[in-house]
Parts: sequence; C-alpha cells; structure tokens
Amino acid sequence: MKELICIVCPRGCHLHVDDENGYAVSGNSCPRGAAYGKTELINPTRTVTSTVRCENGLYPRCPVKTDRAVPKALLREAARALDGITVKAPIKLGQVILEDVCGSGASFIATRAMPAKAPA
Amino acid sequence: MVYDLLVIGGGPAGLAAACAAWESGLKHILLVERDRELGGILNQCIHNGFGLHHFHEELTGPEYAGRFIEQLSKTGVEVRTDTMVLALTPEREVHMMGAKTGYRVERAKSVILAMGCRERTRGAIGIPGTRPAGIFTAGAAQRYVNMEGFLPGRRVVILGSGDIGLIMARRMTLEGAKVLACVEVMPHPGGLNRNIVQCLNDYEIPLYLSHTVTDIRGRDRVEQVVVSKVDEHRNPIPGTEMVFDCDTLLLSVGLIPENELTRMAGIEMDRRTNGAVVYENLETSIPGVFTCGNVAHVHDLVDYVTAESEEAGRAAARYVLEGGAKGGPVLEVKTGENVSYTVPQHIRPQNVENRCNVFFRVREAGQESEILVESEGTPIARFARDHVAPGEMECIALPKVLLDKAAGSLTVSVRAKGGTAQ
Repeated sequence: MKELICIVCPRGCHLHVDDENGYAVSGNSCPRGAAYGKTELINPTRTVTSTVRCENGLYPRCPVKTDRAVPKALLREAARALDGITVKAPIKLGQVILEDVCGSGASFIATRAMPAKAPA
Repeated sequence: MVYDLLVIGGGPAGLAAACAAWESGLKHILLVERDRELGGILNQCIHNGFGLHHFHEELTGPEYAGRFIEQLSKTGVEVRTDTMVLALTPEREVHMMGAKTGYRVERAKSVILAMGCRERTRGAIGIPGTRPAGIFTAGAAQRYVNMEGFLPGRRVVILGSGDIGLIMARRMTLEGAKVLACVEVMPHPGGLNRNIVQCLNDYEIPLYLSHTVTDIRGRDRVEQVVVSKVDEHRNPIPGTEMVFDCDTLLLSVGLIPENELTRMAGIEMDRRTNGAVVYENLETSIPGVFTCGNVAHVHDLVDYVTAESEEAGRAAARYVLEGGAKGGPVLEVKTGENVSYTVPQHIRPQNVENRCNVFFRVREAGQESEILVESEGTPIARFARDHVAPGEMECIALPKVLLDKAAGSLTVSVRAKGGTAQ
C-alpha cells in the first residue's frame, strides 16, 4: 500500500494505492484521482510549463506548455530542450514551438498570443 | 459623459466583473489598467492548474487570462491600458493618468475596485542582516524569469512556503538554478499540498518547517543565508543555525490587498481582511462602489476570484439599472471560534435573492469539523467538513429563508464535530 497526495486539483486528496492488488485507489474524491493514483505508481507524468526566447515580441519570453503530460523522468530534459530555440513574434495561441519533445511525442505549444513589439 | 460603470484593474477580477456587468445590460463601461496589457498577475503565472472550477479544464495563467480578454473584446467595454488611477472620490469621480490620454477625471454611476494585491517584502517582516542585492519577492522573480527573460540567481533559498514560493522553487530549478531549501516558520506548509508534491518533492528540494531566516550575509550581493529552527512561539532557537551558501533569497511571505484608493475615498475598512467592509452584494460603505478579488480579501484560487467578481459585476448592473439597495435590517456577520475573518461582513436579507455566500478562513487546521452559524446565540445552520486549514478558504451558502428569520447578528464558528460551542 502506497500513500500519495493527489495533484490533479487544488483539493489535494490523500490517496491510498494498493500496488499489490491492481493499483486500487481509495481516499480519492473523483475518478481523476483514481487515474492519477494508478499512473503515478506505474508511469508518473507531468505537464511541463516553461518559456522560450522570443524576438520582436511585446515581451522577450513567450510562455509554453507540453500539449500532453510527459514522463516525470524527462522534466528537466524537456525544459532544457527549449534552450536553443528562438521564436519570432507575432505568435498565435496554441502555435507549435517544438515537436516531439525528447522523444515523448508531446509538443511544446504557446500558451498566449504574443503580439509583435509596437514600432518605436 | 458619465459611465454606467468604471472598473479599476484589468486582472482576473476586473475582467470578470466587466464582462458580467456588460452581460447584465450595462452599456457604458470603462476598464482602467496600469500595465500595458490586460490579464494582471496571470500573465506571469505560466504554470498550469487554473480554471478547473470555472472552465472544467486545466489551463495555464496566460490561457486563463486570454479567455477573458477574448470575451471582453467581444463586448463594447472601453479599455484604457497604461493608465494609472490616482484618486477615487466619494462622489465616484476617478482621477487617472494615462500614457496616451494624459490626466483625466471620469465620472461613473458605479465603480468596481479590482486592484488586486501586492507582496509583503523584507521590510514588512524585519529580517536581520546586511542589505545586499539578491533579495527578491517570489513574484518579482517570477516576472523576471517568465516575462522579462532574466534569471535572478544561481543558488537560491526561499523563505515562505506560499504557493508563489513553491512555484518559483520549481521554476528556478527548471531554468538551471539550484534551490537549496524552502523555509517555513509555521509547523505546516502555507501553500497547497499539490504544490509541495509537484514543486518540491518532484525536484528533491528540502522543506524546513518551523524554521526561519535569522541572518543575511554579503556586502554587494547575498553570500550566505542563516536559517534557524523556531520554538512554538516562533522564536529562533540558539544553536540550531544552518548556513546556506547562496546568491539569492526569494520571499513568499504573504500578500497585502492594494487598497490605497479605497482608503482615500474614505471607505470603511476591515483590519482582518485588509480589504473594504462589504455587504452581501460586495458593495462597500459608499453606495455604488463595489470591490472584488484579491483587493477585497486574498483568495487561494483564481476561479473563486472570477466567481466573486462576476457577482460584483451583476450587483453593479443592478445598482445602475434598478436603483440602490433596499432599506431594512442589516445583519452583522461576526467571527466566532477559530474563524479569522468573513466576507461579507454585513448582510441585508431583503437584498438577498436565494442565498448568500459567506467566505471565511479558519485560524487553526482541524479534521472532522463543523461550521456553526448562530444568530444571537441561536444556531441557525450547520455544515460539516472533513478537514479545514488556514490555507484553504471556506465558503458556506446561507439560504434567504434563514437570513430572513435571523436578527441582529450572525456568528460563524468552526469546531471539532461533536464538541460544544464556547
């Protein structure tokens, strides 16, 4: 039996996962918690949020996220994969910034529209 | 021109209030924002976890803001960015200075205060030591990293385990800094459990509970931070000092509602929330002036800010279209055992449609608790909770039928189930 704190929502349920009996989850308040408890022990994953260098934008960084959760072991590597990339504004919301991050199949996409800098 | 509604602040509170007021039928609305774009603090909160209540999906801060900015752009609400409000008078005149529009005084039939909050700084908590560079509030560091593209330091200690501090522990780590410790003076974390797990535990960052920073060393730049264990009275225990070699100290030690304009207008304030005293419809002591979001009281979740601000927007529309609040009895909402504040502080039952939400926080965490509402000593409602904690805002809905029967005051208290009220 493993004890976990659910991170699916701010409620933070205390989960008990029976890893010897088909990963049955108790202590959850919703089905998403049950799914989290099982995944967290078998193949833990996280959505990665970071920023990418942006030229000619209202700001010099554009926020991005992976469009699906990636294996937890890849968190730092995924963030580092953005280091060498520079995008040019304007950027559209949801625009793909980097495909197949570290072989995970997930893409980094822009989480805001980044307008071009107003001409001086 | 006299606007129907003037909204001060274009963060999540102001955006939701303006959209709701427009949908409720107000046509001449002005929204004033001091930053160069709308969205407020959400623009720098690039992590996900927003919107589970309001949109039933998990969004990042910029995505959450983006949805409301999009919604607002489909209305006729007039927006002035790069414009700082300097004064609000009791007659609802708003003085403002804009980069393009200069100094203006605008008049409005109703005003919504949605200025949000700011962070407590080193000065507010009085940490001893030298005064070198390298000490930032967590939110300032967040803006540098996520929007401006600067990394404020390489070796970091974080004081305070509020959510912003926890989020920045992860963020600084992903950007290549080494976060040595997160230090919390209380015996329990300030932020959400999920953030302890996914921001500290995922990256093996140690959390020191019942510890605090007792010295900062360094002449030009932070060189060392000294951390000591504290006793049950939060006094540092000599001999427990740990020295961290670091170049940066981030502070996540609380938020202060930004109410200079509110005070200037002579609006009655509540020392417990550091926000205005409000009625059931979020109206302040000046009729037609409403307040919502973190300037009214600090919220845990933006989703709750949105819900409250939509309520304020609808209330402002009712005020303008149907006239002011009906006269009649006013119930004072008092804080009882283990309750640190309530919002609203006053309820006018005749103005409540079906039910009135009362938000509050507990002082002490507890399991298997009961929320008790009494009117002049007579219990009128009870609510059960599996657990309560100071970091989690509570909400109870009081039906109008109960409020109509109450008289004088309401007292909200929280105690262990099966216990007796004191």
